[in-house]
Amino acid sequence: MDTVLNWISGHQQMIYIVILMVFVGVEVIGRVPSVLHTPLMSGANAIHGVVIIGAIIVMGQAEEGNYLALIMGFLAVVLGTLNVVGGFVVTDRMLEMFKKKK
Amino acid sequence: MELNILTLVYLVASVTFILGLKMLSNPAAARKGNLIAAAGMTLAILATIFLYEDAAGSKLGNYTWIFAGLSIGGVIGTMAARKVKMTAMPEMVSLFNGMGGACAALISIVEFNHMTHQTGGLSDAVDPVTLLIILLGLIIGTVSFTGSMIAWGKLNGRVKDFSFPGQHLLNNLFILITFALAGYMVFALPEGLHIYFYIILCLSVFYGVFFVLPIGGADMPVVISLLNSFTGVAAACGGFLYDNKVMLTGGILVGAAGTLLTILMCKAMNRSLLNVLIGSFGGGSKATAGAKEAGGHYKEISLSDAAMVMSYANKVMIVPGYGLAVAQAQHVCHELEKTLEARGVEVKYAIHPVAGRMPGHMNVLLAESDVSYEKLLEMEQANEEFKTTDVVLILGANDVVNPAAKSDPASPIFGMPILEVEEAKTVIVNKRSMKPGYAGIENQLFFQPKTSMLFGDAKKALQDLLAEIKNI
Repeated sequence: MDTVLNWISGHQQMIYIVILMVFVGVEVIGRVPSVLHTPLMSGANAIHGVVIIGAIIVMGQAEEGNYLALIMGFLAVVLGTLNVVGGFVVTDRMLEMFKKKK
Repeated sequence: MELNILTLVYLVASVTFILGLKMLSNPAAARKGNLIAAAGMTLAILATIFLYEDAAGSKLGNYTWIFAGLSIGGVIGTMAARKVKMTAMPEMVSLFNGMGGACAALISIVEFNHMTHQTGGLSDAVDPVTLLIILLGLIIGTVSFTGSMIAWGKLNGRVKDFSFPGQHLLNNLFILITFALAGYMVFALPEGLHIYFYIILCLSVFYGVFFVLPIGGADMPVVISLLNSFTGVAAACGGFLYDNKVMLTGGILVGAAGTLLTILMCKAMNRSLLNVLIGSFGGGSKATAGAKEAGGHYKEISLSDAAMVMSYANKVMIVPGYGLAVAQAQHVCHELEKTLEARGVEVKYAIHPVAGRMPGHMNVLLAESDVSYEKLLEMEQANEEFKTTDVVLILGANDVVNPAAKSDPASPIFGMPILEVEEAKTVIVNKRSMKPGYAGIENQLFFQPKTSMLFGDAKKALQDLLAEIKNI
């Protein structure tokens, strides 16, 4: 019990962020027209690619000779980049189609 | 100083994510929103590489590896995203989502090994809360990865629907054991954490596979959206692990928005999320049999007749579907619209929210061929106008015009709002064959007296139709 309470007070900023972001996330896309469902899903997909930052940290902290960390970290960086770059480019291509409607 | 800059960059990046998501839900600003979020992401990545310091104040190393990984991923990602056809967009999104999930799972694996190394294999020294976060990241990331891969395979036809009796039970058992094991690890900190860790990894892999396998292909966008929000939560776990606020913001933001989006998508189909997840279309096999018996005769229409009917109509409504997308017939379709308009026929398009393989699919396609935005009617508007429509031309759409959704409670799509095309005077259906649509059910509409069939590939049929109309 103590561990949990300690952890909560030690991470209260993070916990506040979680709670606020849940509301922001819901609020921000509350009134999206169904036409935009797919591009929005794709854009959100690119944004959770922020996990790449974790991959970079893992990679950057891997010691020489710790091959497990090196290989896993490298893979994680590649996959994370795929998620970010691919996600944003695909979204842009979808939205490009909307632009010409005038 | 440098750490302060990093904090500032993370703050800016978090704001761009929120702004980007906000703008993405508005048609006029969507593209800019995407670019803003991308810019924020680039900034955050670069700042992490050069400015990040761990608690001991040492910087990141292995720059060669990092940049090699970034370039490989960047090049492949760009090429794949540029080359993919419009019809294959949803599966591409699924694939990228899976990559993100795998990335989160890999981070968890490395951090777990790191942690057990530091404590020298002594389970007592492990911080249970950190362990919990690592496990959550592992489970959610892995499920998202394998689930997305199955969804990807299903959308491009490589993986078939597959379910067996008791599958839901087995699935629930999987997830129950997974969480029970995770709970045991965290609370009891038993010896041999490694073994439990990898058992959980395996269970998560299987759960992801069996979770998506029985869900019907037509529901894949909903599943992808759900898995998308899973990956968001997995990324947020990484945020807790590294005390990294931008990961946390981005992850939770996507987790929340993704969940809401999933629910909105279900609503567009008038189904509940639960119904999508457990009501796999296989359950409707009885209804399919019934509809087949009730089938009967359909009549074909010749090109010249179709051309005649359409050019002497007052109002023609075009209902596009996946068939139009596959045949890439959107340009010919626009051509047909212009030719008919030149003859004084009013032409409009009726767009069902889930026509095609993803919501908004048809709008994107028709916008590509310069069809004016005002001509695209949403379902409610279109349903009002069908009463005054002379000819409805259905181009490769099927389930979205199936009257069984209104009349047959046994039908798997019962309750889904449809385009009520049978209100119009005549209906011409262009399809490649009499085969049922994506949901695998027969369509009574095709056998109604006012309906006639025009078989053939949408593009070819439209070109021929266009030539006939010009001849009149």
